[in-house]
Amino acid sequence: MVRINLVLLLVAVICALAAVSSSHRARKLFIGLENEQKRMRDLDVEWSQLQLEQSTWANHARVEKIARDKLAMHAPAAGRIVSVEKP
Amino acid sequence: MRLKFAHSPLLSQPLPTWRARLLLALLLLGFAALIGRSLYLQGINNDFLQKKGESRYERVIEISATRGRILDRHGDVLAVSTPVKSIWAIPEDAMLSPAQTRQLAPLLDMDVRELTRKLAAAKDFVFLKRQIPPDQADQVAALNLPGIYQQREYRRYYPAAEVTAHVIGFTGAEDAGQEGVELALNPQLAGKPGSRRVIKDRRGQIVEDVESIRKPVEGQDVNLALDAKIQYLAFSHLKQAIVDNKAKAGGIVVLDAKSGEVLALANLPTYNPNNRGKLVGAQLRNRAFTDTFEPGSTLKPFTAALALEKGDFRFNTPIQTAPGRLTIGSATISDAHAHGTLTVAQVIQKSSNIGVAKMALTFPPEDMWSMLDSMGFGHPLKLGFPGEVGGRLRPAKNWRPIEQATMSYGHGISVTLIQLARSYLAFARDGDLLPLSLTRLESQPAEGQRVFTAQTARELRAMLEMAVLPEGTAPKAQISGYRVAGKTGTAHKVEGGAYADKYVSSFVGFAPVSDPRLIVAVMIDEPSAAKHFGGDVAAPVFSKVMAGALRTLGVASDAPLKPLQMAAVPVPKDVR
Repeated sequence: MVRINLVLLLVAVICALAAVSSSHRARKLFIGLENEQKRMRDLDVEWSQLQLEQSTWANHARVEKIARDKLAMHAPAAGRIVSVEKP
Repeated sequence: MRLKFAHSPLLSQPLPTWRARLLLALLLLGFAALIGRSLYLQGINNDFLQKKGESRYERVIEISATRGRILDRHGDVLAVSTPVKSIWAIPEDAMLSPAQTRQLAPLLDMDVRELTRKLAAAKDFVFLKRQIPPDQADQVAALNLPGIYQQREYRRYYPAAEVTAHVIGFTGAEDAGQEGVELALNPQLAGKPGSRRVIKDRRGQIVEDVESIRKPVEGQDVNLALDAKIQYLAFSHLKQAIVDNKAKAGGIVVLDAKSGEVLALANLPTYNPNNRGKLVGAQLRNRAFTDTFEPGSTLKPFTAALALEKGDFRFNTPIQTAPGRLTIGSATISDAHAHGTLTVAQVIQKSSNIGVAKMALTFPPEDMWSMLDSMGFGHPLKLGFPGEVGGRLRPAKNWRPIEQATMSYGHGISVTLIQLARSYLAFARDGDLLPLSLTRLESQPAEGQRVFTAQTARELRAMLEMAVLPEGTAPKAQISGYRVAGKTGTAHKVEGGAYADKYVSSFVGFAPVSDPRLIVAVMIDEPSAAKHFGGDVAAPVFSKVMAGALRTLGVASDAPLKPLQMAAVPVPKDVR
């Protein structure tokens, strides 16, 4: 009788410890998940900033100014354009 | 005498037993009350305490949702939200030393006196500076000042700035659309912030998700019909024309004739939506939608079309316009240049008021009214823009003959530029009108509301093509390589009920005539340099924008080009 009780006690203690450690692990994993989600949001923010930067650099007015002034480019006259039919 | 303790006379006095019993009973009663209370708190009514306990470690946190982006038809960003920080303070707690104030002020781009004044305010809460970049806010946070806090907000940026200002509009401080597409499509763009309940540990880290109270809804991106490249072309050429002609204002609309999509829409004067410090009403006006003007001769083709539909006139029916004056009732109308006998086509080509008036006077007023009404004049397009107006088209029963005559050439009626551009869809297409679309359409609409027969539309295209020939009113609208068609308009402005010596010059046209793809409508308000005729002021803008846009879209040319200067280079046979 006493032996069974001791065994049961041991089992109960082991279960309790397992419960504690698994809930600890769950929290750790959850913190990890939270961090990754935060990173995702931060990357989203960075992406929107990069998009903004890209569209600022690729601004048509700026591109035209550089093409005209720096690279001395100009639109071809209509007579110099050859259009070909898609076969 | 020594008094022995054991023999105290007090003790020897016998006490009544009821006193001891009473005391015992009172003590037991006290215990019972305590046990009852603890049972009540622990077992029966424990919800309240449990809630109180949870609130010590549970937190409800907001999950912010971003507003959707606005993109052009190719996916270029026209409006995007990025987070910024707002710095606020509780003045009572923010007891800063003069040194700290001096440190903080430059970080907030303020002078020390202004900051001190804000912090001295007798309020519980003051915004010190709204919407500063996150790295600047981090520097403020690093100072670790008492009573100074920050909060995350979103700020909307418009990379194309003034080029797209009127179409896109802007948002207010609470991230809600205030103007333009931002307002028109606000329900789709706006996100809904959510919230969730979590458990935080003592270090402030979230350790458990309890429940999601409201899921956040991210704002949806919107793909506009706008083509950023054509928009820029339209804007820059319009701007140039306004400078060259010393004009007060102007507007331009580019439509896709195949789908009714608005490819470009610009107004001047404009503003920079990223920096709306000193805005005046004139800059904010989305003229293409909110300002009506008397269109003048750009309305003549509709009268001619109705005349063809009725069958009394044909393409070549001669009309006597000599001697360039026509008296109707007590009023006299005249042509800018006197012509002799003109065919219907030549009336449009030379823009003869008398020729058109003579055609118009053969219609019952109701027929002319219902034609103009079916073209969309007189009622707003309802695209959701704020302040969109419908123009003025008076009911036919009040028309006097002179009014019917002047209306036939675009006076006594007022329209918006976007209405005028849309009405030309009837000629550019085979006589049907499509609803306009601000957003990109995935498939082309089949057929719109029919207003003219295909035959009439074809004949009108031929007449409008004649108008840009050297004998017409707008040879400056020509583009080499493409056949174009269009109509000029030059109208006196109405000021205080009378016609003033100021003009609105316009041009509406389409190209390529063999299979119209684009419609461009240009309006220049009060050109005050040497010229004021639509053919001199507005037609060149049309020509440049149309040429650039057709090239951008890769539309095949339909007119013989000037001799190729590079004909020596053979075109390879297997070019794809």
